[in-house]
Amino acid sequence: MADISLAALAAQVFTGLVLGGIFVLLAVGLSLIFGLMTVVNFSHGALYMLGAYFGYLLFKSSGSFTVALVVAPLMVGALGLLIERFLIRRLYGRSPDDPLLLTFGLSLIIVEVARMIWGKIGLTLDPPRAMAGAVNLGFTYFPIYRLFVIAVTIVVLIALWLFLERTNVGLVIRAGSRDPLMVRALGFDVGRIWFLVFGIGSGLAGLAGILAGPMRGAYAEMGVTIIIESFVVVVVGGMGSLVGAVVSGLLIGQIVSLTTFFAPKLAEIIVFIFMAVVLLLRPSGLFGEAGLAE
Amino acid sequence: MSGAVAWIRRHPVVCFFVFFAIFPWLVPYRSLATQVLIYGLFALGFNLLYGYTGLLSFGAAAYWGLGAYGTGIALAKLKVTSLWLALGAGLGLALIGGALFGFFCLRRRGIYFAMLTLAFAQLLYFIGFHLADWTGGDDGLRGITVPPVVLGGWRISLDRSVVFYYFALMLVGLAVLVLKRILDSPFGAVLQAIRENSDRATACGYDIARIKHLSFVFSATFCGLAGALDALRLTVVPIESLHWSTSGQVVIMTLLGGAGTFFGPFVGAAAFLVLEDSISVVTESWPLVIGAIFVVFVLFLPKGIWGTLTGGFHGR
Repeated sequence: MADISLAALAAQVFTGLVLGGIFVLLAVGLSLIFGLMTVVNFSHGALYMLGAYFGYLLFKSSGSFTVALVVAPLMVGALGLLIERFLIRRLYGRSPDDPLLLTFGLSLIIVEVARMIWGKIGLTLDPPRAMAGAVNLGFTYFPIYRLFVIAVTIVVLIALWLFLERTNVGLVIRAGSRDPLMVRALGFDVGRIWFLVFGIGSGLAGLAGILAGPMRGAYAEMGVTIIIESFVVVVVGGMGSLVGAVVSGLLIGQIVSLTTFFAPKLAEIIVFIFMAVVLLLRPSGLFGEAGLAE
Repeated sequence: MSGAVAWIRRHPVVCFFVFFAIFPWLVPYRSLATQVLIYGLFALGFNLLYGYTGLLSFGAAAYWGLGAYGTGIALAKLKVTSLWLALGAGLGLALIGGALFGFFCLRRRGIYFAMLTLAFAQLLYFIGFHLADWTGGDDGLRGITVPPVVLGGWRISLDRSVVFYYFALMLVGLAVLVLKRILDSPFGAVLQAIRENSDRATACGYDIARIKHLSFVFSATFCGLAGALDALRLTVVPIESLHWSTSGQVVIMTLLGGAGTFFGPFVGAAAFLVLEDSISVVTESWPLVIGAIFVVFVLFLPKGIWGTLTGGFHGR
């Protein structure tokens, strides 16, 4: 008996890792955009949803999940670029509330358009055939596709880290989140960096969407709950801190997953209680600097 | 025009009562008038926090819902027979909720504040969902019977919609009067100072943490009264009362009407409800239309309808 429940517990920890991976991808995108531009992108959840739908369509039409996995985030990223270029850019210099309000309106539009195009009933996505089934981890069987999600998350995070730490553009992005005025004074076009970062963040949301698709299906409202949870991840991690977003995403993934196992009724609530506790103990989040962009 | 505007500015409460006394005869049907009053009050509560104090909350549904459930549960589950007591229950619950959540949310400023209010409202939504014995859960709270108003020696039944309208007008008008008093008081001036420059307000020696918290509680109480009235109007409390989309609705209404203006919330509520009414006849995709209108307002008309018409409050 003890063995069985231990195996189930281990499986739940892995499930939490997968969920945490999705949280991390969303929160890193949000945090990257916020850290640089002090813009909170409310439409992040809607972009996540579009990632799942685009992935579904691409997978159906090309037959290749790899194509879908690469192209869907690029498409969502491109949409992000358009949003920055034509909408958000108009709001620079205004209150930081305004981009939040704007992207809130935008998310209503995107979700409703998705409903019009793809209907109110969700679509189910099967994982690619090569990744169907489960693998024996020794202590439990675990779906191959979920392991793949963990692997992709890790690879993407490493790539993002290398991009930010090892390339010149990454250096300018990091400098820009420290002191945009100084970066501008040094002759860099800060507007172009913001443009780029908004695209990258949106692309990450799209990637999270296509990855989540085969596990959760695709439906118009899929981004709504998860965007609020991602906000919590970002607040707990410390806004603008990428390390914070990763740690907090994984942590909250585990908390949700284990609560689902032990006390399913609390699963939806626990995230918020955890946030309240963190706020009491560390108001600026686990890795946040006090006073950043407030 | 400017003379009329100046007069309206000087006597907003009188204008409010005069206009809303005849309002039911200006709209296609009476229940729309009642809705405008109640949602206008909801937006007024939100506007106190956002428009006047500069704190953008995405969790106003929490206090609207607490007001609605407080009153609804008192009537349907606890079988309270006094309308005033039931309203008091809703108001009290919203006030306590505002005091508690405000304490947490105000630990962070700016954009974090918006996300925190959203998160705490979502917490309440899930709690409401799971406490089905009390809230009716997914089905909503049913079985609310509205007792007659007892005022002095009078007993007035609220069954007729016109009576209910004037009853709501009395309470909403009272709230408007209270808001006017708040805004005209030194406390109200500090609120607006916080909106303009909170560091400077701190430097002037104001305990802005306490003042913000007080503003949060006032705002929650106004929203709670609106929710309580809506529970009486519908005799049902749907679970959506606590949903984040309700918070979104009041954000949209207030910005349409004009955040930081006295009448903006009512203008916005009226515009929103009339549009919703006429557009949902034509198309199912009402959220698309209102989303697009809202985006246009944020981009090009940040002062909203009333703010633009009256030459605007000084910025936001």
